[in-house]
Amino acid sequence: MLKKLLLLSVLGYSFVLAGCSTTGDTKTGEGAAVDDLSGEARDAASTTGLPGAGTFEGDPLDNPASPLSTRTIYFDYDSSEIRPEYQDVILAHGQYLAENQGKSVTLQGHTDERGSREYNIGLGERRAQSVRRLLLFQGAADRQVEVVSYGEENPVAEGHDESSYSQNRRAEFIYTR
Amino acid sequence: MLRNTLLMMIIVFTPSAWAVLDIEITGGEVGEHPIAIVPFSWEVKNRAGLEDVSKVLSADLKRSGRFELIAEKKFLEYPHHGGEVNFENWRALGVESLVVGRVVPGEQGSYVIQFQLFDIYKRAPVQDAGPAEPEYKIKQIIGYSLPSAARDLRRTAHYMSDLVYEALTGEKGIFTTRIAYVTAITQAKKKNYQLRIADMDGQNPFTVLKSHEPIMSPAWSPDARRLAYVSFENKKSQLYVQHVDSGKRQLVSSSKGVNSAPAWSPDGSKLALTLSRDGNLEIYTMDLNTRKLRRLTRNGAIDTEPAWSPDGKSIVFVSDRSGRPQVYRIPVSGGRAERMTFQGKYNARPSYSPDGKTLTLVHGDSQGYHIAILDIASGVIDVVTDGRLDESPSFAPNGSMILYATSGARRGILSAVSADGKVKQRLVLQEGDVREPAWAPHRN
Repeated sequence: MLKKLLLLSVLGYSFVLAGCSTTGDTKTGEGAAVDDLSGEARDAASTTGLPGAGTFEGDPLDNPASPLSTRTIYFDYDSSEIRPEYQDVILAHGQYLAENQGKSVTLQGHTDERGSREYNIGLGERRAQSVRRLLLFQGAADRQVEVVSYGEENPVAEGHDESSYSQNRRAEFIYTR
Repeated sequence: MLRNTLLMMIIVFTPSAWAVLDIEITGGEVGEHPIAIVPFSWEVKNRAGLEDVSKVLSADLKRSGRFELIAEKKFLEYPHHGGEVNFENWRALGVESLVVGRVVPGEQGSYVIQFQLFDIYKRAPVQDAGPAEPEYKIKQIIGYSLPSAARDLRRTAHYMSDLVYEALTGEKGIFTTRIAYVTAITQAKKKNYQLRIADMDGQNPFTVLKSHEPIMSPAWSPDARRLAYVSFENKKSQLYVQHVDSGKRQLVSSSKGVNSAPAWSPDGSKLALTLSRDGNLEIYTMDLNTRKLRRLTRNGAIDTEPAWSPDGKSIVFVSDRSGRPQVYRIPVSGGRAERMTFQGKYNARPSYSPDGKTLTLVHGDSQGYHIAILDIASGVIDVVTDGRLDESPSFAPNGSMILYATSGARRGILSAVSADGKVKQRLVLQEGDVREPAWAPHRN
């Protein structure tokens, strides 16, 4: 009996986990594009899931192995500086836009909840703009890159601690076509 | 058992359960002016369901932080009009002011609140008073008959509070004013944002805008008839002005980039706002009739959160041109921005007191973000709250209190603090986040 209960609770637990990841996907599907997983986690999953998958055909945006699959980059507290680990991601997006002039992207800038809301709109704008500048430098056209700052209004993590804050200080790439 | 659980869940999640903001007075000192309010007599056929008007009066006066309400259980008598008052019974309790009254039938099913405010200590000069002891007499300060429909009794009671407050303090009362605020509630994994207007005590909330995208920065026009706000309903920031009574609104700014931080000119003809249309956040003014824009700042820094001075001559705003956000002032006609805050590393979201002598702002230090008051003449900043995430402060229209947002247990709530920092109260929505309160001016 006890064993059964344990099994059930394990099953229940994995069910909850599955539910969580579904939620994440749904959000992305809605265009809110909330990328909860870090780039590394996603790469690891695809390596085990698709051993020796060979070359990827189709839009490189949909290639899970491409740096283009990273759609969220994170920032340090009160900073709009691009961290070194995201240089390649931005480079890839910039080159992709330069090579695909029909595509366009909206850069959403976000902050954590600390400080004044309107000032955070400014910080979010500054983050998105610093990404935008690098995209244009790679040859993306002005009309391809739009910037929207949400400030602290759209957190992905609702906690009031640094682990939530670090997930909320971010810029997101939302491809619109 | 399961059925019981289900039933309970349904009750808990009924929308009406979180419709109203509950007020809790959380601390600080009691006011200095001892006042007794005798429960009014109801000389009507059936008082069931009618608002307890003397209770509303008591709550209002208590909330102001200026009064010490004498406990009813100490009362030695329960008079309902002046002729019944034995002032010795009130002197014995140390009462300075006394309110008595009753509710009587009015015309066509309505009611009349009759009340009198007495001063217990002031003695009316007695003519031909001899050299002996002066004659004591209580003095009526004010007395009114206020007709009211049944459904307006609460509002009429607030009006009575305004009359009593003004008679005793010389300041205009604020109990008939309203507040606007934004709520964010997650339902079925979707965020629901609402812009709401309620009485200043959190009662009678009314939703004027609903959206699944963020709503920000509600700002009242000086006549309290229009609200400017930022809405992300079209997946970007846009600025609207909405007439409160009709619900009709106009999109007033939707330029490329940020459209944010609206602030009204004292005459209601213009808005100050923040735009990034020229590549960076800058302060502009907009003539609401012509929609003509005027750019006030030109700086690579973040310039935002403008507030118009009550004399209409200057605009304060926040800029991080010095490296950290601080408050600056610039003439409305343009010119050089002058830095106003030098105390602390983070000063933002300034908002003027009605007399223009102080600003309330968000002051950040190693402990978090608190509400503070800047005395403009001296530059001294006085921190009046000790929360970790306090924000969005605005003065009551008589300058006596500051309304702001803070974080309660895991969610946002509204709080008010008296301008001297002594009395604090919380307005708690039972579910979800409440944020960005804005206290409406008097509506004439």
